Amino acid sequence: MSAIDTGAALPQQKTDYIPVLLPIALALLAFPLVGSFSTWTTLTLAGLAMGMMIFAMASGLTLVFGLMDVMNFGHGAFVAVGAYVAVVAFAPMGALMQSPSLAANLMALIPAMLLAMIVTGVAGYVFERLLVRPVYGQHLKQILITMGGLIVIEQLLYATFGPQLNPLPLPAALRGSIPLGAAAIEKYRLLAVVVGLIVFLALQFTLTRTKLGLLIRAGVENGEMVEALGYRIRRLFIGVFMAGSALAGLGGLMWALYREQAHASIGGEMMVTTFIVIIIGGLGSVGGCFIGSILLALLANYAGFLAPKVALISNIALMVAVLLWRPRGLYPVTSR
Amino acid sequence: MTEALLTLSGVHTHIGRYHILHGVDFDVPRGRTTMLLGRNGAGKTTTLRTIMGLWPASQGSIHFDGARIDKAATPDIATSGVAYVPETMAIFSDLTVKENLVLAARAGAPDERRLEWMFGFFPALRKFWLSRAGTLSGGQKQMLSIARAIVEERKLLLIDEPTKGLAPAIVSALIECLKEIARSGATILLVEQNFRVAQDVGDLVHVMDSGRIVHSGAMADLAADDSLQKRLLGLSLDSHQ
Ligand SMILES: Nc1ncnc2c1ncn2[C@@H]1O[C@H](COP(=O)(O)OP(=O)(O)O)[C@@H](O)[C@H]1O
Ligand SMILES: [Mg+2]
Repeated sequence: MSAIDTGAALPQQKTDYIPVLLPIALALLAFPLVGSFSTWTTLTLAGLAMGMMIFAMASGLTLVFGLMDVMNFGHGAFVAVGAYVAVVAFAPMGALMQSPSLAANLMALIPAMLLAMIVTGVAGYVFERLLVRPVYGQHLKQILITMGGLIVIEQLLYATFGPQLNPLPLPAALRGSIPLGAAAIEKYRLLAVVVGLIVFLALQFTLTRTKLGLLIRAGVENGEMVEALGYRIRRLFIGVFMAGSALAGLGGLMWALYREQAHASIGGEMMVTTFIVIIIGGLGSVGGCFIGSILLALLANYAGFLAPKVALISNIALMVAVLLWRPRGLYPVTSR
Repeated sequence: MTEALLTLSGVHTHIGRYHILHGVDFDVPRGRTTMLLGRNGAGKTTTLRTIMGLWPASQGSIHFDGARIDKAATPDIATSGVAYVPETMAIFSDLTVKENLVLAARAGAPDERRLEWMFGFFPALRKFWLSRAGTLSGGQKQMLSIARAIVEERKLLLIDEPTKGLAPAIVSALIECLKEIARSGATILLVEQNFRVAQDVGDLVHVMDSGRIVHSGAMADLAADDSLQKRLLGLSLDSHQ
């Protein structure tokens, strides 16, 4: 019965590496423009660190959209909540934070990260049940109600913590930089890159090596068929929603420390950035979201140095350029 | 004769404000291959989707293996033993052939002996085991979609136009595969436009028109009666003979 192989085309579609090359090309292109090696290194590392944090915040959003077609404009709220968890969690841990020992700092930092993820994960569960579930399949209502949720949570944060900026000093051992030849590498940025890479690798591992991850990817492509195979897509979705919220919370904490301050307006700011990033990446694509985050952050840093006025529009300009080239983003999800 | 595995009684289905199925009645007996034929737009796909719970039945009842399933959710219908091969195939193109089958096998890793049995008539699946399903040819995708439905034993297979758009040589091979699956004892409800295929694999037949069943009987009887074919299915059949 080998007749079935008759006319069988050999697989010709190759993995598409062009988007992966874009951040590298951008960095190389920026080098002669920036001129100095040490400045370029600093900007590039700052861009990578920023990109990793944005990726952590945006990765959940792209999966939530991919899986259930849900436009969650409230995602930024979890970023803000994560930032305030940092304020609350570090308050009683002053001694550990001020210790010059990195180990002591991490003993404060790691529990705070876990707490931020737990708090925002639970908040994500409540948010999904209360606001998102009643408006499945209704985009306009989703946008309005989730944006409303963002405003309510922001106002609750103002009411609880006051409208002022809450200073958030970096742990002692993570201040300053490590000299590397002529360049200086800021320690906290290195940490942000490490944390971002861990998040990316953990997500990639889950999505490619576990049955749960395969189900999520299959669900992004064709949720109906996943149900026809006997799996409950809504249960899958709420898990993804909670995990995405937890990652947003982690990103929020990291971002607040990077800025050394927490403020509820971070939620609205990051909402715009994360949406740009997931559109650039291709809605539903985690890999695209990763590359989009790094591209956007690198460009923001180079532009901020080379032409500060251009930097104001660099995010939007990047999105327009990518969409002109690939209208559905860097890695369009097949069935969309 | 044992009781039917699947029974539809007076099933109506609305899609949005369109009334598509107007009281569909038929039985699918155990261990046989039942054909669901009818012109384009007769409501065959809608019937399969309604059985699967992908469209809600607005009236009537559907019984499967002794239980009423017309109000059940799709995942529950699937886990009660119904497998679905949609018209669109709906393979997960971003996943490998293997990963597609891993998801279809709910009880754990796919059974080796069953895989060998499947590779016997779908050799391309072994060959492209670790390739992304999106890179397969149309015929191979159809094989994968059917393989997903039989990777574990299911009580009922719903298969929607598996030969659509395939080259004649591949269609012949697919017929042999379907017969082999039927010989394994499976109960199949098969939608098909190609009358040659229907004639070859069907034991029983139901013909639909405008959202209703207009003829039920043995496939051999319909195959032998040219004028009945013409009346029920129109002239388009000649092109398949
Ligand atoms: N999603 C839909 N929305 C509106 N009408 C539909 C939809 N799907 C099918 N129909 C209509 O229902 C009728 C039956 O379609 P279908 O079940 O796909 O027929 P068949 O599979 O027999 O060719 C057709 O008239 C078709 O136009
Ligand atoms: Mg059809």
